[in-house]
Formats: sequence, C-alpha cells, structure tokens
Amino acid sequence: MKNLHISTTVNGDEKEFICGSDETLLDVLRDRLDLTGAKEGCGTGDCGACSVTLNGRLVCSCLVLGAEADGAEIETIEGMAVGDNLHVLQRVFIEKAALQCGVCTPGILVATRALLERNPDPSDTEIRYWLAGNLCRCTGYDKIVKAVQIAAAEMRSA
Amino acid sequence: MALDSDAQRDFKIVGTRVTRPDGVDKVTGKARYGADISAPGMLHGRILRSPHAHARILSIDTTGAMALKGVKAIVTSADLSRPEDNFFADIGDNCLANEKALYDGHAVAAVAATDKATAKAALRLIKVDYEVLPHVTDVDAAMAPDAPVVHEGRADETVAEGYSQNVTSHFEFGHGDLEAGFAKADKIIERSFKTAATHQGYIEPHACLASLGADGRGELWCCTQGQFNVRTMCAELLGIQASQLRVTASEIGGGFGGKTTVFIEPVALALSRKAGKPVKITMSRDEVFRATGPTISSSMDVKIGMTSDGRITAGKANLRYQGGAYPNGTVEFGAQSAFAAYDLAAVQTLGWNVMTNRPKEAAYRAPGAPVAIYAIESVVDELCQNFGLDPLDVRIKNAARKGTLSSYGPTFNDIGLVATLEAAKAHPHYSAPLGVNQGRGLSCGFWFNFGGNTSVSLHLNSDGTIGVVEGNPDIGGSRASISMMAAEELGISYDKVRTVITDTNSIGFNDVTDGSRVTFAVGLATIKAARAAIKEMCSRVAKIWGIDEEAVIWEDGAAKPSGPNAGDFDPMTLADIAAVADNTGGPIAGHHEGNADGAGVSFGVHLVDLEVDPETGMTTVLRYTVFQDAGKAVHPDYVEGQMQGGAVQGIGWALNEEYIYGEDGRLQNPGFLDYRVPVASDLPPIETVILEIPNPGHPYGVRGVGETPIVPPLAAISNAVSRATGVRMAELPMSPPRILKATSAKV
Repeated sequence: MKNLHISTTVNGDEKEFICGSDETLLDVLRDRLDLTGAKEGCGTGDCGACSVTLNGRLVCSCLVLGAEADGAEIETIEGMAVGDNLHVLQRVFIEKAALQCGVCTPGILVATRALLERNPDPSDTEIRYWLAGNLCRCTGYDKIVKAVQIAAAEMRSA
Repeated sequence: MALDSDAQRDFKIVGTRVTRPDGVDKVTGKARYGADISAPGMLHGRILRSPHAHARILSIDTTGAMALKGVKAIVTSADLSRPEDNFFADIGDNCLANEKALYDGHAVAAVAATDKATAKAALRLIKVDYEVLPHVTDVDAAMAPDAPVVHEGRADETVAEGYSQNVTSHFEFGHGDLEAGFAKADKIIERSFKTAATHQGYIEPHACLASLGADGRGELWCCTQGQFNVRTMCAELLGIQASQLRVTASEIGGGFGGKTTVFIEPVALALSRKAGKPVKITMSRDEVFRATGPTISSSMDVKIGMTSDGRITAGKANLRYQGGAYPNGTVEFGAQSAFAAYDLAAVQTLGWNVMTNRPKEAAYRAPGAPVAIYAIESVVDELCQNFGLDPLDVRIKNAARKGTLSSYGPTFNDIGLVATLEAAKAHPHYSAPLGVNQGRGLSCGFWFNFGGNTSVSLHLNSDGTIGVVEGNPDIGGSRASISMMAAEELGISYDKVRTVITDTNSIGFNDVTDGSRVTFAVGLATIKAARAAIKEMCSRVAKIWGIDEEAVIWEDGAAKPSGPNAGDFDPMTLADIAAVADNTGGPIAGHHEGNADGAGVSFGVHLVDLEVDPETGMTTVLRYTVFQDAGKAVHPDYVEGQMQGGAVQGIGWALNEEYIYGEDGRLQNPGFLDYRVPVASDLPPIETVILEIPNPGHPYGVRGVGETPIVPPLAAISNAVSRATGVRMAELPMSPPRILKATSAKV
C-alpha cells in the first residue's frame, strides 16, 4: 500500500508525517505524532473517546483518515491548556470530580469546548444531547453536566 | 481493626472535597493508560478468534503466516504452560483455546509482526481446521440432560443426578421452616424471571506491552485492577518465577470487575519470549465484547408469602446462572445476597452454576447480587401492590437490622438499612406527584464488601512531606482518599502527601482492586502505617528530650510532652522531626502488611420515577435518587460518583443492555452501537443521599461503597415500569419491544 506524505497543523504546530492510505487520524495522532490523549474506545465512532476538532468541526478521529488531515487544522486535548494554565473546563472538571477513571475525559472536554464555542449558555438538555456521542461508564454523567454548567457560567462572566 | 472510640470526632480532612492528585494528568491527556506506551523495537500482536460457538480444533497450520515478511512469532495454546490447578488451567485455555474453541470469539492463535497491518494480514494466513460441534447458549437449555456438553467431568459433588454435565456446582442457604412460614401467609406469589448477560462496558479496551526474555525475566505493563493477580496468573501460564516478572499497572480506563483476570497478557508474554522483542496487544471493541467480561445470564423462580399487614412469612428462590464456557461460582453470591435485606424466620435459596458456549464470565460490580435481588424485590413489590401497602413501610417492617440472623448465615452487626429506608421515606422525591403513564419504583440493595491482603508503606521526606506507596490501581479517585487518611492521621495538610501505586516488585502483595475494598482496606493499612510512623517519631522525640517514650503524645501533627513532663518542651512538628531524622537514627517510615477483615456490609435504597410511552414501549427515567450507607464518606464526591455510576449501569442493565446470540451461537451485537449503554441524553440527574452509619471494623467507620449501587436499579426500574404499565414485568432488559409485547398482551 502506498504511503502518503501529509502536512498539517496540530494544536497550532506545523506537523508532517507519512501514513498509509488506510490509517485513521486517530492512528496517526497516537502512533505517528505521539499524541496519546485521544483514546480508541471503539474504533467505530460510537464512544467519542477519540474526539478532536478538524478545521473547527468536532469529529471522531477514528472515522477520519490520516490523509484527510492534509492542510487542515487539528485541535486535540493536548492543545487545550495554554502552558501551565488549564482551560476553565479542565479546572472545573477536576474541582467538581467530573471524572473517575478519566479515559473518556479528553474526548468529553474536546466535545464540550466545541459546544460552548457554539452555545455559551446551554441548557442541561442541550449539554446532554451534545454529549450523547461521548460514552462515560463511570460517572452516570451527573457531575459532568454540572461541571459544564459551572464552567460555562464562569466563561460567560469572564 | 476496631472503630476508634473518637470516630465521631470532627475530621479535618476526611469528609472534605479535595482535588484528586491525578486530575491534571487526566484532563490534559498526559495520563498513560494501557495502550499509551511503546517500547523500542516493539512488535504488534494480534489474536485469531474462533468464528464458531463450539468446535474441536483439529489442526492449526501457521506456515503460510510465518512466511509473511514482518511476522516474527506465532503462538497457540502449546506455547503456554498447563497448570495442574483447574482454576489456572481454565484461565490459560481462555487466553488460547486448547483442543476446543468454546465460544464465538475464543482466542485460537496469535501473531506478532513489525506493524499492525502485517499482523492483521498474517491472521488470514493461519489455517485452522475445525470440527463444528453442537452448542448451547441458554441457561435452561444447558441444564437439560441432553444438552451439548461444554466440558466433560467438571461437575463437583454438590450437583445432584439428572442434570447435564454443564451444571458444575450447587449451593444452598437459609434457615427456618418454610412450610410453616408459607402456611402463615395471607398471600403467596410465585414468579419466574429471566435476565440477559451484560458487559462491564469499560471505555478502555484491554491493552498491554510485554517483554519476556529467554532468561525468564520479564516486564509487563497493562491495564488491570490488580497487577499482583496478573503476575500470579502469568507466571503460572508462562512457567516462570513470580519474582522475575515485574508487572506495572497503567492508569485504568474503567474495570468494574472485568479487569480482574487476564486475557491478552499471557499471550503477549509468550509472543515476546518467542520473538525476543517487546510485544504490544490492544483489543478492539469487538474483541472486548466477544471474548471478555460478560456477566452471568439467569433464570430464576421466586416464591414469597406475606400477611395482609405486610409481614413476610417465608421466602424461597431457585437461581440458575450460566457463566460461560468454564465453571464459575457466581450463583453462590446470588444465593447469599438474595434475601439479605430481610429479617426472615423461614428462608431458602438454592443456586446452580451452569456452563454454556459463551465467553468466560468475569466479575461485574457485586457479581451475582443484582439479578437475584431483582427477582426478590419484584415479588415483594407485587405483594405490596396486592395488599395496597406502602412498599417502603413493608420493607422497614421486615428490614434486617443489628442482631438479625441473615439469610446467608452470619448475624448482622451495625448496619444502615433501616436508616436508609427511613431517609428514602422522608425524602421529597417519595411524595412528589406522578403523571399519566408514569410509575415510581424502589428497591433495596446489598453487598458484602471485602477487605483482603494489603501492603502499604509510608515514608517521611526531609522537608516534612509524606510519600505513600500502595499497590491497588485507582479506578475512581482512591489515591485522593488514601492521601486524605494519611494526612488526617498524621495531622498534616492534604497537599503534603503524595500517594503512588507501584509495581509488583516494589511493595508486598495486594489483592485486586475489587470487593469495594480499596478505601476500606488500603485506607486501614495506611492508617496503621501512619500510626507506626507516629510511634517511631514519638520515640525519636523522646530521645531528643531525654524522657520516656510513653511520655510523648502525638496531637495536631506534632509530638508533645505529656503527663509529668507536660509543657516542659516545645512541641516538635512532623517537619521538625523529619528535618533532624539523620541525627536521631535515620529515615523514618511506617508500613503495614495484613489481611484486612471487618469490611462492613453495605445497603442502599434506590427510588425512581419514569414514564413509559404506550405507543412505543420506550421508557424515560424522569427522576432518580440513591440512598446509601457509606459508613464514613472519606471523599463525598467520589462516594457520590460511585452511587451515580453504579445506578446508571444498573439502569442500562434494566432497560437496554443485553448479549444477543443468534441460532448459530454467535454474538450479534459486539459493538456500542448495538449493545447500547446509557448515554447522557437518556438520563436525568442522579440525586444522592449519603448516610453514615459507622462500620465497627474500620477506625474511621469506612465501608466499601462501589458495588452496592448497581444492585437496586434492576428491580427499582422494573417495579416502576410494572406500576406505570399495570403489567408485571419479569424479564430483563425491558427494551421497548419487550414492554410493548407485554402491554399489548394485557389488552
């Protein structure tokens, strides 16, 4: 199978990589760019643990080919904090115990940031439907929804 | 270790909501889980799985696969040792099938290659010659005398004549005169129930990185609930010494009991030994569903008698659990816990464990209890409806309390069931109005909890900070709780303590993170380790002051002179003592190794309001409240987290989750699209009420909390659906088609 040479931007940094035409963006992030924050929970777009944004659009990176990253801008969980300053969502998730095992957390944070960029004042129902593609098996979602509301309020007043 | 006499004291740190030490790593993507690590020269392993539910393996031809460029090793069951002990032999056979493939997805061979694509291509070149055999996946069918037999000769002496060889063991619990009890009843209800197998559904698939040399020395990194357990099993299956295999537990992306055994780890080690290189294996979700995890599925008969004023006169249950392709013991827990919430004069539970052509059952949160208690609590609810009695009043009237002879043998000590029921009764949820097509259900839940083998080391650093070293993977925030107990005991601030979970060669043995044991048992060991360190600190200070050791007391994080010497010297803080340790005898540490007993049982009560759409049979959960006795909630956020997460797993079990097998014995829904776990939009907020009835077996009164919350939802939801629809439901899950079928049969 022919390998492809891809140039892309990840979390603001220019990146180049070689990948097979059947490799997913998730494979590329994890295996070729050493960004293991996005997780493979299912590989079929059902769990959301691999959520990233591609040109601002929230995607399951397991359903995107690595080749599709060519010329695109990718944002992953690794780009969410600025230096040692956590994003409000990250800080509030810790403070409000919105994670237990934490393996779904990167995907949920990436998805939630994408929600709040579009809708800074969502209802509980809007949060729950937006996150319906992000499975969490530990928390029952209650503390996640509460943390999103608290973070959103703080971001609105900032 | 008994409850401290001052356990009702004002705790300074225990009971607060501090932030967890692994928080930043987990919100930034830095935390390393099973699949997040690589090694130089690493190969990629992949496993070939049986497409048949039951088949004899006549031959495995690996020549074509080995000839593929990039393939470095192929292993089959011949590459694993065969332990004499059946327990280990079964685990080995489950990792790589020996002679027969026993279920769809059973591992048959494995390959290690230079990249994932080559490993995948190599699997297609392995030729397995199967003789397909008749199969059985249903528990009742598997018990019939003429059923296809999964394994010959595995039934123990407890099994009576007349069953198929798939029935491997039988259990019986209870006391009193059943006949006399039923004779006193004004109404007896008998019902049969069935429940589907479910999966733990952890989001992180199993993953490991193994390196084993020809010298028998190895390193293994894996996501597991217990690295020591992994070491024991792998050493047995690879024929190597435990001391030579260092197992390190990664951060773990959920377990719920399903990561208390091995699947891929011995395979990766065998591949690594053969190839002479590190081997990484990561399971796909399809493999996780087909080859790991699931719970038992069950078939149960329950008979309960009640007087018209709500006194239960007798209860009897027959439980039949299938646990997949190997003998298991889960029905014992079901039979023990079924009637645990009740104070009964006459009670009997009988249980049968059964093998089928399904994956080997793994533990899942309170294994065996949720389905048994579902059946009992359904019949109790129906009796309450029959007499028009309040279901909470009836449970309070019959509740087990201190001094009750439990249905499984022991007499209960201090337990929180009545307080929990009364809290539910007093809660506004219980009196809130209900609308059309809505129903309210409730159920009690119970779990034994466990203590077990535990080792903890605690050391003072020269700057007055504390390191705690323990060996139990942190599934839901336990490192925070352990640091909190160390800080509480030593009288220092939480941020001065760092707790780490270490590998198998760096601390004494620890049982698996299971049985809701970590905050209880590791906490207890941490308190004992801290007390040992305090004793040593007081001894050092006595030397400095030139007074008797007994005259030095520890108070508010400092050593103080007491008795006749009171006030003679300025107190020395932990930091003061640590700073001069070099001159008073060297490093100061405390440690504890022991087998903890005294894990207090835990009761919970769940209340649920829901609405059933009569057109579609779809159930929407509207309101949910969990009441549970935590003994002492060390970190209330994470106690609530357990209560909420367990409740939602139970909601999934009640309404949607189900292993579906076709006529061909193959699993039809091995993915999250078709095996539907609850998503955020399915659920309301999960309200929690923590009760604290101290466990007499822990210095702070702590009880395990992790497992009990998955027990009540099954019956609570079923009782609510039954009340909402007017049809008594007796099968799980109550998926929309099943509810629609039941409600249309009524009309």
